[in-house]
Amino acid sequence: MTITAPTGSPATGSPLAPPAGPERDAPAPRDGRRGDWSWLGLLPFAAYLGAFLVLPTVLALSTGFVDGDGSFTWHNVAALGDPVVLGTFWNSTWVSLLTAAIGAVVGAIVCFAMLGLPDTGVVRTTVDAASGVLAQFGGVMLAFVLIATIGTQGVVTRILADAFGIDIFADGAWIYALPGLIPAYVVFQVPLMVITFMPALSALRPQWVEAHLTLGGTRAGFWPQVGMPVLAPSFLASFLLLFANAFSSYATAAALASQGSQIVPLQIRTALTSETVLGRENLAGALALGMIVIVAVVMAVYALIQRRAARWQS
Amino acid sequence: MTASLAPSRTTRWIIGVAVGAVFAVPFVATVVFTITAPDGGITLDRWAAVFDPAMSATYRPVWTGLVNSLILAVVTVAIVLLLFAPTMVLVSLRFPALRRVFEFLALLPITIPAIVLVVGLAPIYLQIGRTLGTGAWTLAFAYAVLVLPFAYRSIQASIDAVDLRTLSEAARTLGAGWPTVLLRVIAPNLRPGLLAASLISVAVVLGEFTIASLLNRQVLQTGLVVINKQDAWASAIFTLLALGFAFVLLLIIGRAGRAGTGRKTS
Repeated sequence: MTITAPTGSPATGSPLAPPAGPERDAPAPRDGRRGDWSWLGLLPFAAYLGAFLVLPTVLALSTGFVDGDGSFTWHNVAALGDPVVLGTFWNSTWVSLLTAAIGAVVGAIVCFAMLGLPDTGVVRTTVDAASGVLAQFGGVMLAFVLIATIGTQGVVTRILADAFGIDIFADGAWIYALPGLIPAYVVFQVPLMVITFMPALSALRPQWVEAHLTLGGTRAGFWPQVGMPVLAPSFLASFLLLFANAFSSYATAAALASQGSQIVPLQIRTALTSETVLGRENLAGALALGMIVIVAVVMAVYALIQRRAARWQS
Repeated sequence: MTASLAPSRTTRWIIGVAVGAVFAVPFVATVVFTITAPDGGITLDRWAAVFDPAMSATYRPVWTGLVNSLILAVVTVAIVLLLFAPTMVLVSLRFPALRRVFEFLALLPITIPAIVLVVGLAPIYLQIGRTLGTGAWTLAFAYAVLVLPFAYRSIQASIDAVDLRTLSEAARTLGAGWPTVLLRVIAPNLRPGLLAASLISVAVVLGEFTIASLLNRQVLQTGLVVINKQDAWASAIFTLLALGFAFVLLLIIGRAGRAGTGRKTS
């Protein structure tokens, strides 16, 4: 309307133009200036994310399609079908699935035990802080703790050997190989479950128990008939988050398994630090691509389930 | 009736003691590991050695790494407070429509494994090394990305709890300029969120290993790995100290955050 006014017929346009002019002009520059300034404020953050999140991700994913001379190739990505690479992906997958399952079940039990305790109480704040440390901070240090405990010279290893004559490494020092990752990962998976699942469990309304009892249900029947179905989406979502977490984890494995590349992140390390792996350059990019596809799919499903689960938490 | 969902006291104790014991074993064992003398007796020599100035040369990788990690923590917190927080305030005041997009971007780093990110960061840090030098602090740009999801959550929680629009308009009406509004009106109101974001940033930075090790930087965690190869006891001692420090940091976050929310609801 404001655009057509000046080009309208002179007869009706001229009386309208003088009042429309200032009215239109007055807010316009202010709005325009405010808009410009505000947008400038977003620029540093956008530039930062572009340079340190988007660009590295794009670079990581695209190097897999480039050969040593910089021209396009399927050669590296084809390596994802290599039996050795498939083997490491399989190792990563089952270790992550197993530790996510253990972590989800044990973590959920811990959450259940804390149900009804006040948020601000000593128990909740202490468990939350300890969980945060183990889930987000551990990494390399959890590997050291594990080595001190059940390494070949570990305290528990020696006690078992001296007191009970049990040699837990009779079949070889598995602690430094793939099976050693399982206890190490469980140490950070359980706390992560506590952190992610506790909000869902806290959202269960006591009124639902009352309703369940009023409608003729039994106290024992509440969990199988109401509690578990309501919590199932949250539980599944947390499980997926745990899986993605174990699948992407590098530090613990790197400190524990000093040689060999049994899981994908360690294979990426080998690919990054040595020029050619399996006769291929830029294999790291291809492995990164394979990893991010799996993690992205898992996290997308996680987001979908989480959205459904949020219904009960509002 | 509010406790009707809660398990019985006995159940609570059984679960607590069982899981607690399993989780206590590795850490108790690590303490025992560090104080067990070669002859089987108990000794505090190794703990003394770690803090002995005469031995500092032996543990130099850890101390160098710690200094670098602390520098990185300061720079990362600066990025969180001076870049992330103002941008989030700007989005909530002027671009509420962008909130979902912003949230998606802020949580994106959770989805991208650090080991994937490092593949793409390697060429970028090659360039940074040429232009800004190879100082330890440059790694903070990568670390702030790792911290972003955590920082976003805690700062956004504070923003949601405060009516920023009314506060800033009131301050503007009373003649305050934007810098004053940000520093003296908005920042104090977001204090719990900013504090939590800063402390969690420190914890994440001190615990980071993946990116630093693959970019050949020296930080606390890479120092621990180096030391571990020569002296497993020293790395166990430093591990216990670092884990204890992080625990205290997170305990402060928990207490501070709760104190904040408690005040608001009352």
